[in-house]
Amino acid sequence: MEISSDSLRRYSLAVLVHVLLVVAWYLFVKLGDVPKYVMPTPGEAFLALFTGSYGWWQNVAVTGAEIFGGYFLALVIGVGLALLFTWSRWLEELAMPALVSLNMIPKVALGPLIIVWFKYGVWPNTLIAFSIAVFPILLTTARGLREVEPELLDLVKSLRGSRWQLFVKIQLPGALPYIFSGMKVASILAVAGAIVGEFLASDKGLGYLMLQVQVTLDTAAMFMAVILITLIGVLLYGSVLVLERIFVPKDARIA
Amino acid sequence: MEPFIHLDGVRKVYRKGKSEFLAISDASFDVMPGELVALVGPSGCGKTTLLKILAGLHPHDAGTVRIGSDAHPFDPSRDVGMVFQQPLLLRWRRILENVLLPTEILGLPAKESRERARGLLALVGLTGFEEKYPYELSGGMQQRAAIARALVHDPKLVLMDEPFGALDALTREKMNLELLRIWKESGKTIVFVTHGISEAVFLGTRVVVLTAGPARMADNFDVALSYPRTLDMKTQEKFGEYTRRIYRLLDME
Repeated sequence: MEISSDSLRRYSLAVLVHVLLVVAWYLFVKLGDVPKYVMPTPGEAFLALFTGSYGWWQNVAVTGAEIFGGYFLALVIGVGLALLFTWSRWLEELAMPALVSLNMIPKVALGPLIIVWFKYGVWPNTLIAFSIAVFPILLTTARGLREVEPELLDLVKSLRGSRWQLFVKIQLPGALPYIFSGMKVASILAVAGAIVGEFLASDKGLGYLMLQVQVTLDTAAMFMAVILITLIGVLLYGSVLVLERIFVPKDARIA
Repeated sequence: MEPFIHLDGVRKVYRKGKSEFLAISDASFDVMPGELVALVGPSGCGKTTLLKILAGLHPHDAGTVRIGSDAHPFDPSRDVGMVFQQPLLLRWRRILENVLLPTEILGLPAKESRERARGLLALVGLTGFEEKYPYELSGGMQQRAAIARALVHDPKLVLMDEPFGALDALTREKMNLELLRIWKESGKTIVFVTHGISEAVFLGTRVVVLTAGPARMADNFDVALSYPRTLDMKTQEKFGEYTRRIYRLLDME
């Protein structure tokens, strides 16, 4: 991949802005003489990784598994249901109104219920992440699969093309930009879902850890937990962007 | 010689619930093999409907539609090429791959099809653009690629639905000349739908005039202007007579 001077400029600018943010954080704490239990310096937050026995990596692994697991489940089921709907108009008309209503439920409010049904732990938190991430993927994919120009349909029909050919050659690739736009929204929601689950009830994970260290006012560890959660989210979002770059040509991408 | 297309009293009514809409009536005309017939008329005159009937996309309600003859057999599944007002190229495919779409649907051999597609891209003046994406081409160039796509499976009949309607006036004139050249070189039978009266006369070996409200066929005449046609023919007396004849039928005089 070639990097033009323009994109090089934009990337360096992005890095610079982040460095400046950390510097501003540091100066704010130092110059404002903010107590450590209110806000640690970036260095103190980083050192929290090595002080205390918080089992960071195990917690990162648990939260990561919940986020990625819930997200992957949402992707498979969301895209799968949308595909089913394009093959059966009847099924779509039957299911869509219910799905739209279900989408209106604030999924976070389902958290306590899911915990009642499935106890607490990794699995219910994965389910909460799934339930919040599945709808944007399902709804945008279904929409993308519907968006076929009628004339293209005529073109395929005039050649007596099959339903399957229409789907593989035109509908599915045409829907990819929509699928990716839903996937991007879902990647952010999945992170929120998993953390909410951990706040509600769990015995491991970064969200759980935050509640633990809150009691002892180890604010530096709380900061570090937030940073790690963010990094997991960035990793997920970044993977989606990379896949989009591979599968969707530049002008077809939806922001 | 036997006509390639024979239409007699073709009628089409669209029904939606209890309401009916007469899309076309009294359409009777013949198209000889290798002719370029222009169907001209205002919006709602049924010209697109007629094209869809010829493409086998819509059934007709009454009359006769016969395509093909003993000398020129016609297979409805692989002898129709279509060009629309929008190029409708697939954004995610390169130009060459876009042109190849019909051959993939028909399951034609890949290697020969690629060679043919390259040849057709040369014919429409797009050599060097095979590996570009549609968005890298201008509207006129995209429409050239769409014409190559309509020819790639070597259909006997090419149906064009206002193919230059979305282009600016200058590009449109240029594309008219290009189309005449491509038509001569490929020897296809072309049915060309337009609402441009001068475009119809300039291109057609024959012009079929359709009127709206009620939708019916109003006229069908040969254009006695020689090929190759040039833009200064548009200033000739005979050209003016033909266009006036159409304007009169469409109540625009």
